[in-house]
Amino acid sequence: MSYIPLETHLPGITGLLEYRQDSAKPIRELTQLLLRGPSSLTEGERELIATIVSSRNQCSFCTAAHTAAADILLEEDKTSAAVKQDIASAPVTEKMKALLLIAAQVQESGKSVTPFSIANAKEAGATDMEIHDTVLIAALFCLYNRYVDGLATATPSDPAFYQGLGQRLKQHGYNRLPNGYDHLKKK
Amino acid sequence: MAYIDLGNELPGIRGPMAFSPRTSKPLNELAEVLLRDDDNTLSRGDRELIGAYTSYLNDCFFCQNVHGSLAQHYLQCDMSALDAIKSDPEAAAIPEKMKALLSIAASVQKGGKTMKPEQIERARNLGATDREIHDTVLIAAAFCMYNRYVDGLGTTAPQDRQFYINRAPQRAAEGYLDFDLYK
Repeated sequence: MSYIPLETHLPGITGLLEYRQDSAKPIRELTQLLLRGPSSLTEGERELIATIVSSRNQCSFCTAAHTAAADILLEEDKTSAAVKQDIASAPVTEKMKALLLIAAQVQESGKSVTPFSIANAKEAGATDMEIHDTVLIAALFCLYNRYVDGLATATPSDPAFYQGLGQRLKQHGYNRLPNGYDHLKKK
Repeated sequence: MAYIDLGNELPGIRGPMAFSPRTSKPLNELAEVLLRDDDNTLSRGDRELIGAYTSYLNDCFFCQNVHGSLAQHYLQCDMSALDAIKSDPEAAAIPEKMKALLSIAASVQKGGKTMKPEQIERARNLGATDREIHDTVLIAAAFCMYNRYVDGLGTTAPQDRQFYINRAPQRAAEGYLDFDLYK
């Protein structure tokens, strides 16, 4: 049971974003820009950043949702699983390893990011904008994970739910659906 | 020196905001709607206090001073009173409801999963509404983002705390949407 009354057909973050739509608007816009906007990082790579942070914050809803989105965008499910297990040995580029490590440090605290890990990312070819976006994506998911778990929102246990959500995130991104979410009530 | 070349010498969050105007727009819009919008039963001072307290717990010098100074400005208290609230809210001379909300903010700062139903119950018994509980959680969560953005990029912050106090009245008047990042 969530700590405040939310629409029962909208588990996790969606119910919260519908609960207060005026604060949801800039959060959605920021997410759409960072995860789907123009970037030299692929959408799949950016979803991996969201996944590693959510996983380390132990936010089950966000981890499952962004794992599903990453898997759909990358068209395989090995990379996200490996990243969550161990960044160093995951099948991603050296640059992505360095960025994922920065994201993991941001998850702990802004102060945990070290000049060494930044230098490492630059050496592996990361641009200033990529480092900026990585830090902000990781910080944004520290917001989301706390929002979702701090109010004890519902976490569906059926993997099919996250498959559907991942598809929606691939197709529609993070903007509010033009006609809202009433169509989900029937399911 | 910030970790990346921001192309400016601005302190704190203003550096990366000027570096990336596309993301600064929603970041500022979120601050405005959460902290300053008048459609809220929590005062601007209460909301800035939640932001300052979360920033204090995250040890973010820039944010705790910017928002601490704004809280001081709205609540009309001095720096020592505000520092006392931040270091021990339960012992401070603030309303019981505010103590309960700050305890909720402290759990959000640690991690969403550390929130206990009793903390929510306590706030509710002291008159906090669902919307106030929601806003407290979201403000604290938002500062866990802002603080990480500021410190994760190694931005610089003026060390003289009076710098922030002096700016607070003007920052309070301008709000988060209609201000010049470079001033």
